[in-house]
Amino acid sequence: MLAKRIIPCLDITGGRVVKGVKFVQLRDAGDPVAVARAYEQQGADELTFLDITASHEDRDTIVEVVRAVARQVFMPLTVGGGIRSAADVRKMLVAGADKVSINTAALLNPDILTETSGQFGSQCIVLAIDARRNPSPAAPGATPGLSWTVFTHGGRHPTARDAVAWAREGVARGAGEILLTSMDKDGTQSGYDLELTRAIAAAVPVPVIASGGVGALEHFYDGLVAGQADAVLAASVFHFGTFTIPQVKSYLQGRGVEVRI
Amino acid sequence: MIGILDYGMGNLGSVQNACRFLEVAARIVTRPAELAGCRALILPGVGAFGDCMQHLTVHDFVAPVRNWIAAGRPFLGICLGLQLLFEASEESPEMPGLGILPGRNRRLTPGPELKVPQIGWNRVRPVQPDCPLFRGIPADTYFYFVHSYYADLAEAGTAAAGVTEYGQPYASAIWKDNLLAVQFHPEKSQRWGLQMLRNFSAWSSEQ
Repeated sequence: MLAKRIIPCLDITGGRVVKGVKFVQLRDAGDPVAVARAYEQQGADELTFLDITASHEDRDTIVEVVRAVARQVFMPLTVGGGIRSAADVRKMLVAGADKVSINTAALLNPDILTETSGQFGSQCIVLAIDARRNPSPAAPGATPGLSWTVFTHGGRHPTARDAVAWAREGVARGAGEILLTSMDKDGTQSGYDLELTRAIAAAVPVPVIASGGVGALEHFYDGLVAGQADAVLAASVFHFGTFTIPQVKSYLQGRGVEVRI
Repeated sequence: MIGILDYGMGNLGSVQNACRFLEVAARIVTRPAELAGCRALILPGVGAFGDCMQHLTVHDFVAPVRNWIAAGRPFLGICLGLQLLFEASEESPEMPGLGILPGRNRRLTPGPELKVPQIGWNRVRPVQPDCPLFRGIPADTYFYFVHSYYADLAEAGTAAAGVTEYGQPYASAIWKDNLLAVQFHPEKSQRWGLQMLRNFSAWSSEQ
């Protein structure tokens, strides 16, 4: 059986981990290599780096981060944030990333998914979707509150796209995985948006990573079981030491979920 | 010296990084002539079956790789590097593989509980007791997989060295004489993956 994956997400800017990581006494909690190693020791199944660098000049610092981590840490690495072109994807893969997640650039130019998956393989192209629940029926006859709009630029700008339709299109264009973030739930610690997660998981044949909203152990379980996600991603609950990865995994195992321990 | 075969599709860094970390001498081989100084060869597959065979052909690697294996020299295929050993693949029906093993790779069939590609950690059950890759590694250890095609267990026959379940059991590791191959990524499988690469290096220096 394929194990469900537990994925910590690290925000990176200027080559440093933002907010640090408090679960272990690291000499330098901002050092991406030290933090990645600590997560490897905990048994994280994969790591995601999100480049939140605002200024254009600092863009290449993430490449150095990926290169340094890939030399020391031997697990799958995904990089996202600010990927604009096939050249950006190549740069990350050459540096040692296994997968690259594309968000805004895919909405501005969906061909980037076709192009990069054709060039590098679907297995390394992750479509990141930031979605927000629509307050009222999007169309006559639609179920109220059960449709979601896709946002760009880290959730700031709405698009005209429906999240389920966009996930389907992205996969048809070659995305090999979906990283799905609920803008409604992100930062609330009230659990993943299970209806959203389930709707996307049912719509596409590729793995779905649920993100946004974890605050309690049962949220991981709900995301994987009720939400039917293949993997769950979280940031603050891991960084602040609310839960360790082994704690989450043994909780899930106790409830009958296949995890790698 | 272990040669890591580069046929122009990139992303070989992770195998090289793992060798460097293990202090195993390895170098990227971009031309057949560079195979001369190597005691073992790793073929890490990237991309699609047809593209990969095409690149091997264009870079004049097909005959040297076949000869290498036929000469009984240590060989490790990783991911697509396992699939290429077979005669063909459903992924690229028009392009023959290296044909060292009989049979044809098949596509995983998606289902409600079965996403394709298979991405993530799955168990490997060793089925050849003395396979050098699995030395010191517990049975049913998890390794990291990313793939949409697989080697059929019946076709792999006695060469199957590891079995993984995904919809059905399939051959996730191969061992036949000097020929070793794995469908998963040891270079991405943390502790036990590194152990496997160390095992390959140790075994190849015994040959």
